[in-house]
Amino acid sequence: MSTVAPPLPYHVAGTWEETDDTRSIELVPAGAELPPFAPGQFAMIYAFGVGEVPISVSSLRGAHGGLVYTVRAVGAVSSALHRLRPGDTVGLRGPYGTGWDLDAAAGHDVLVVAGGIGLAPLRPVIQEVLGRPDAYGRLAVLAGARTPADLIYRDQFAGWGESAWVAVTVDRSGPRWRGAVGVVTALLDDLDPHPGRTHALVCGPEVMMRHTARDLVARGLAPHRVQVSLERNMRCGTGHCGHCQLGPLLLCRDGPVVGYDRAARLLLVREM
Amino acid sequence: MRADADVDASRPSGPDGLVMGKDGLAALVDVLIRRGFTPVGPTVREGAIVLAELGSADELPYGWGVELEAGRYRLRERADGAAFAHAAGPQSWKPFLHPPRVREWTADRVAGELVVTAERVAPPRYAFLGVRPCDLRAIAVQDRVLTGGAYRDPGYAGRRSGALLIVVECTEPGATCFCVSMGTGPATGPGYDLVMTEVVDADRHRFWVRSGSREGAEILAELPARPADPETRRTARAGVAAAADRMGRSMPETDLRELMARTLDAPRWDDVAGRCLTCGNCTMVCPTCFCTTTEDVTDLTGDHAERWSLWDSCFDLDFSNLHGGPVRASARSRYRQWLTHKLGTWYDQFGSSGCVGCGRCIVWCPVGIDITEEAAALHDWTRSGQPTPEPS
Ligand SMILES: Cc1cc2nc3c(=O)[nH]c(=O)nc-3n(C[C@H](O)[C@H](O)[C@H](O)COP(=O)(O)OP(=O)(O)OC[C@H]3O[C@@H](n4cnc5c(N)ncnc54)[C@H](O)[C@@H]3O)c2cc1C
Ligand code: SF4
Ligand code: SF4
Repeated sequence: MSTVAPPLPYHVAGTWEETDDTRSIELVPAGAELPPFAPGQFAMIYAFGVGEVPISVSSLRGAHGGLVYTVRAVGAVSSALHRLRPGDTVGLRGPYGTGWDLDAAAGHDVLVVAGGIGLAPLRPVIQEVLGRPDAYGRLAVLAGARTPADLIYRDQFAGWGESAWVAVTVDRSGPRWRGAVGVVTALLDDLDPHPGRTHALVCGPEVMMRHTARDLVARGLAPHRVQVSLERNMRCGTGHCGHCQLGPLLLCRDGPVVGYDRAARLLLVREM
Repeated sequence: MRADADVDASRPSGPDGLVMGKDGLAALVDVLIRRGFTPVGPTVREGAIVLAELGSADELPYGWGVELEAGRYRLRERADGAAFAHAAGPQSWKPFLHPPRVREWTADRVAGELVVTAERVAPPRYAFLGVRPCDLRAIAVQDRVLTGGAYRDPGYAGRRSGALLIVVECTEPGATCFCVSMGTGPATGPGYDLVMTEVVDADRHRFWVRSGSREGAEILAELPARPADPETRRTARAGVAAAADRMGRSMPETDLRELMARTLDAPRWDDVAGRCLTCGNCTMVCPTCFCTTTEDVTDLTGDHAERWSLWDSCFDLDFSNLHGGPVRASARSRYRQWLTHKLGTWYDQFGSSGCVGCGRCIVWCPVGIDITEEAAALHDWTRSGQPTPEPS
């Protein structure tokens, strides 16, 4: 057991735009360093005087050797994080949460299914699998977004595509878009994942995760071989504030990554 | 410790304990103050028995009882002069151990760098005098939530570790009490430093006292008490046993955790939602409700910021905000969240019930919603031939 500690100062080593409403920031410790993050875990990032928000780590090692976070501006704190410039300081706590169970995925084909900003917590998985090809089977990345302009990490798709199956779809097409249009689950037909060999990691809006997980189970994947990353309001990250409850789960502690065998029933109850 | 103490102060007092009169209670408060404790106990203020800092035992509510009903609380004078013949008041010990507003840390911008400083005020050493057995359990429940997981809340841990718990067993349950159903009273469970049982006879007003810790034993050794006679022990035990038979309320006799899991679709939730004002009073008075939110403030210079933690309530719309709206928008879903958490999912999260049967939520609900009645209605529904999906 450890005692909840206040945030540690981290410097902004770099910051760049991903889409119109989404930016990434790379953070390096100003002094003492937090314990290492695992893919799927999140940090509480503190913007001075404004507040603190849970953000998943989107790369364990950025260009400056720091932790990368990808933030969509939806409100006060996320917008303040967008205003950061190199050299600025934020407070960082973590790592929190369960993270993706990559031990369970080892030796399997890894199927990553992401909707919108949901690709951010999955990018460290893609990097891990590409970096250790012997430890896993084939990698497939299926990504969806509202419009082509909303796709994050688009410049990296070609590189991933050299060793992985990468397929992308959008809800609404845009100029010069030649890819698929439609829901992300439609991409599963082409891939036709092998049910006995595949381990799926899914993150996106809750409806998207529900449909994807249900589809995968219908294709024969065992529910515990489908991991979803769930989201609820979080104030503390340490299991004390009570906000992130989803029925029996405290998502900062028992999640955010949960096996679909546990999540399925909970996601069916309205307003749980 | 007194040099002439005639009890071995290094040992708990044993099951037979000691007996003392009202002078013993007066001495107890004095000893606590002398030992550096801040004694807190029941006292009458503005028409209620509240918990407040005590300067002397004279401030205890001698001769006062309470009448409790759903949505109603009234003081009642007692002829017997008893100090502890009252059931749970509006507060629990929660505001002392887990205060409604706590500063957690401050952040300063110093020469362009961020300097974060954890809050480090030495908390008072509280001595809680008159902890009811249900509230003793409630403290254990909060201990588990705030210090029993992977992370320990440092503020709570600091306040709690210094606190001395003096339990008074219940002989006068209120009409809203149901500790027997929850297995928390009226006799005390473990975890106290001292436990007393009040006995008032025609001519004798006395307290049967046992210690449960070394510190409790040391304090007891300083009090004007003598070994308890069998008659006092027998009368005290009988009073507590009689209280168990006079519970005002009870929970339906079923596995409440399973009941909650089976009834998520019950029409009763709509019924209670039609009455519930979503005011959150029940969560404020509940001794186990622990939820908090955060508030970040800056001063006028903009270089000094503070992080505060504030009580929050699952009845608040903002509580479950996500993607531009609350996950639990309806009153139905918010009442259901509260009740299923208290009686059901608390087991999954923290290994016990979240309800200790103190009855406060019943008394302080402005429209008199009764947790035992709601649970009973859900139970009736499962037995009325309704489809009851397995909770699996
Ligand atoms: C485990 C976890 C990991 C997350 N990872 C990321 C990530 O990698 N990148 C990222 O951009 N976001 C992530 N989020 C969501 C992010 O935490 C929220 O967008 C953020 O808390 C909003 O705070 P704010 O102060 O900017 O907005 P607020 O001012 O608090 O709210 C503005 C609006 O956003 C809504 N909102 C509040 N909380 C959330 C929430 N949790 N999610 C969505 N909308 C919310 C409010 O209802 C309101 O309408 C994650 C959330 C969780 C729980
Ligand atoms: S739910 Fe009601 S009866 Fe149970 S502990 Fe809380 S306030 Fe007391
Ligand atoms: S049950 Fe009663 S006290 Fe609780 S929120 Fe509803 S009206 Fe308020």
